[in-house]
Amino acid sequence: MFESFDLSLVDWSRAQFALTAVYHWLFVPLTLGLSFIIAIMETIYVRTGNEEWKRMTKFWMTLFGINFAIGVATGLILEFEFGTNWSNYSWFVGDIFGAPLAIEGILAFFLESTFVAVMFFGWEKISKRAHLISTWLVAIGANLSALWILVANAWMQNPVGMVFNPETARNEMISFWEVLFNEVAVSKFLHTISSGFLLGSMFVVGISAYYLLKNREILLAKRSILIAGIFGLLSSLLVIYTGDISARTLAKAQPMKFAAFEALYEGKERAGLVAVGVLRESDRKIGDKAVNDFVFRIEIPGFLSVMTGGSPETFVPGISDLVNGNPERGLLSVSEKMERGRIARDLLIEYKEARKINDTEIAESIAATFRDRKFNEEFFRYFGYASIDKPEEVIPGVKVSFYTFHVMVMLGFLFILIFSLALLFLFRGTLRKNKWFLWIALFSILLPYVASELGWVLAEMGRQPWIIQDLMPVTTAVTHVSTGSVITTFILFAVLFTILLIAEVSIMIRQIKIGPKN
Amino acid sequence: MISHMFLQAYWWIIISLLAGLLVFLMFVQGGQSMIFSLPKTELQKAMLVNAMGRKWGFTFTTLVTFGGAFFASFPLFYSVSFGGAYWMWIAILFSFIIQAVAYEYRSKPSNVLGQKTFDTFLFINGSLGPFLIGTVVGTFFTGSQFSLNELNQVKWGTPWHGLEALLNVRNLALGLAVLFLARTNGLLYLMNTVDDDDLFERSRRKLSMDSISFLVFFLFFVIVLLLSEGFAYDRATGTVSMEKFKYLHNLLQMPLVMVIFLAGVISVLYGIGAALFKAKRSAIWYTGAGTILAVMALFFIAGFNGTAFYPSVSDPGSSLTIDKASSSFFTLKTMMYVSFFVPFVIAYIWYAWKAINRKKITGDEIMKGRHLY
Ligand code: HDD
Ligand code: HEM
Ligand code: HEM
Repeated sequence: MFESFDLSLVDWSRAQFALTAVYHWLFVPLTLGLSFIIAIMETIYVRTGNEEWKRMTKFWMTLFGINFAIGVATGLILEFEFGTNWSNYSWFVGDIFGAPLAIEGILAFFLESTFVAVMFFGWEKISKRAHLISTWLVAIGANLSALWILVANAWMQNPVGMVFNPETARNEMISFWEVLFNEVAVSKFLHTISSGFLLGSMFVVGISAYYLLKNREILLAKRSILIAGIFGLLSSLLVIYTGDISARTLAKAQPMKFAAFEALYEGKERAGLVAVGVLRESDRKIGDKAVNDFVFRIEIPGFLSVMTGGSPETFVPGISDLVNGNPERGLLSVSEKMERGRIARDLLIEYKEARKINDTEIAESIAATFRDRKFNEEFFRYFGYASIDKPEEVIPGVKVSFYTFHVMVMLGFLFILIFSLALLFLFRGTLRKNKWFLWIALFSILLPYVASELGWVLAEMGRQPWIIQDLMPVTTAVTHVSTGSVITTFILFAVLFTILLIAEVSIMIRQIKIGPKN
Repeated sequence: MISHMFLQAYWWIIISLLAGLLVFLMFVQGGQSMIFSLPKTELQKAMLVNAMGRKWGFTFTTLVTFGGAFFASFPLFYSVSFGGAYWMWIAILFSFIIQAVAYEYRSKPSNVLGQKTFDTFLFINGSLGPFLIGTVVGTFFTGSQFSLNELNQVKWGTPWHGLEALLNVRNLALGLAVLFLARTNGLLYLMNTVDDDDLFERSRRKLSMDSISFLVFFLFFVIVLLLSEGFAYDRATGTVSMEKFKYLHNLLQMPLVMVIFLAGVISVLYGIGAALFKAKRSAIWYTGAGTILAVMALFFIAGFNGTAFYPSVSDPGSSLTIDKASSSFFTLKTMMYVSFFVPFVIAYIWYAWKAINRKKITGDEIMKGRHLY
């Protein structure tokens, strides 16, 4: 009944999902950020009636359209991939997970795509005000769609608001508000959209810097830097603030991910926050996984404890504590959790057997157990551990988590510097003299893309082996098709998306060189 | 007062409505499928592309929402069909990925692939999209080969993972009917929105072939459907068995559905006739409304009155019914509240549609080229 599938099938399915998600995410954050920047510019145009602002709005809108089309194309795949590649998952949690996806379609995608059409084709057909409202609705629609998809994702990281029904063999929703206001969802949403705003701002600043270097479109470039510089500076502060909240939330919801991105093996009080570090595998092992040591690190003493619990006395559990357990701190070992998961799973099997021989009495009493709060808290919440073979399987990639997190954070601080300098030089009127800075600004366009993708790699790989934290490992979630089929579709997607990406970048660069129309 | 059964029916109606809207909005695909055959000049081609291009987002979003709503309300269908008929759905998805970018990139400089390739993308999406979607819907009546285990996990019975649907004549007939209906609607839409006499006449001349093809395939499908046996579901025992003339019985036992079906078909026929014989410009509204009604009625026949809407021929007991495949009471109720926003969504789409279509597309506008595809 509980088969785990061929590992290569799981790996290829993961690879395919990762490929399509990473491609989608190349375009999404620009949509999130640029839409607001355009809306701000158009607001100024409507307020002042100055035609130059309209020209700016239209120019950035053209670039927006090029990016938007491919964002939509890549999103379609993701929507259906939960079914095509994770069909067992789709049934196990469809009762909860499907809802945000449907709401996204009904409430957000229609808003976005309807008003995108008005934004592009409505210029001479509707009043200025109506057009401005349409532009704002595009920005709001895009960010609303982010909300719903992130609620879905956050639920996988921190499943709440549901109860398991043995009859249908799935989790069923009992509280919509718990799903929506899931702590992880709130921090994830704020962090993700603010990182999109940041990325959009850097894009505008970088391209404007290019015009200044070429001595073209001086007014347009300066005004764009003004808007995007301020918006970007505020967003980068927000990114750091919400990133910090995300980390705190993780410490509670996914302590293993938290320990992994700090490469903290032995839990302690007064734990320090590693600012920079280099890892190397040592000879010590947990099970058959090697422990990583620091070759070198710069640490802020006690800060990790402060971040997690508000005081240096807070105990931060390490990877060993989480795997081997720590009775003093009330931490269960993974083998204990495996034990408990198996109890829950055996009960489900018993239920199915009782149903088969039509023993309603036993079936009813087991069903009641599954609804019991205490049983849920002590046993069912470890349901997924029943499919784990060795305790060390629950350790995610420590190096990946550590480096992705630290590079992201470092870049986060760098962006504040870049936006601040841009504004400083702009106000001093020395932007065009500081050519070195303009070059840096131009090439910095790539950096938020890097930070942003790394953030997702951290969030998604840091939760391995779980597709739903503690409830379902990826190995039992996958669709039963042949590995060959998934390899084939993987290659098809890789080729098609890469060709489309090349076309997109080429068109984008060309449009930037052509510049705004008169 | 509100029961689980009521909510299941309610959501099946919403799914049917989305399906109806989707088939109607596939006039965009229909138009695309004629990109190489209908226009005579480059200017006409540009008019065709721009008329369709301003509407592609609606079709696309309806497809996405259809998928999302199906996931939320009938998750077992989502996991069984998408996971099982893997290749069929992947083919459909591919034919849609290439659409969005084709419009935006075809006429932009430095687009790497060249306009011809992007136009071919539009052609592929236009022909394959409606055809494959129609074929999949055919399997709602003809069945597929799959079985479910105790945990409701799917095992598909053929290594073709969905492509085997193409070997069934009835599926093909529905696929072709949907394709030619999309082309018919595409022509009628062009006649209504583009202000160009030559293109109007060309569209009207083409209309006869496409509408007749549609009728032939559609009638074939409907007649065979009504004469064939179907998958009857007994709610009390939970068993699925074959019943002679099941779909005919469904029509007769649900007179309202019969009325909707006939109204839909008549409205489509009237629209086609009015365009062919009276050169009526607004015919698209008759065929459009008729399309929505007829598709809804087909979905009602597939899912209501004790029928398995996604039947398994190899293991009838695994067939999906709206009862067995649905979400829990709580989720369906929550989603019902969300569905109350739908009229509001339709209202602003209506507004946006009118705002953009206020002026007909003219050659002059295309030549001036403000925002163009
Ligand atoms: C934080 C934001 C975010 C994230 C994490 C995702 N998306 Fe996305 N998606 C958007 C934000 C967005 C957007 C900003 O709304 C897009 C991007 C570009 C665009 O045009 O709309 C979009 C487009 C888009 C579309 C096309 C919508 C249309 O018809 O207009 C679909 C079907 C999806 N996405 C589905 C998904 C799925 C299933 C995801 C999860 C695996 C996903 N997206 C991750
Ligand atoms: C667009 C932003 C996203 C990016 C860049 C991203 C990235 C990734 C990556 C890199 C993986 C592979 C992990 C691995 O194989 O170890 C993955 C897996 C996965 N992600 Fe995401 N993800 C994104 C958004 C989402 C969202 C919003 C959801 C859910 C709503 C989601 C659900 C999943 C699932 C189901 C898997 C497969 C199971 C797994 O391997 O963990 N992802 N994603
Ligand atoms: C000091 C700066 C930052 C901190 C402390 C921080 C913290 C975090 C943490 C802890 C996560 C994991 C959340 C989870 O797994 O649930 C995360 C994810 C992420 N980060 Fe950051 N981050 C910072 C800067 C940035 C920057 C500069 C960007 C991009 C411009 C960025 C983009 C992302 C994205 C897209 C994700 C994945 C979505 C999510 O899980 O929230 N972050 N960040």
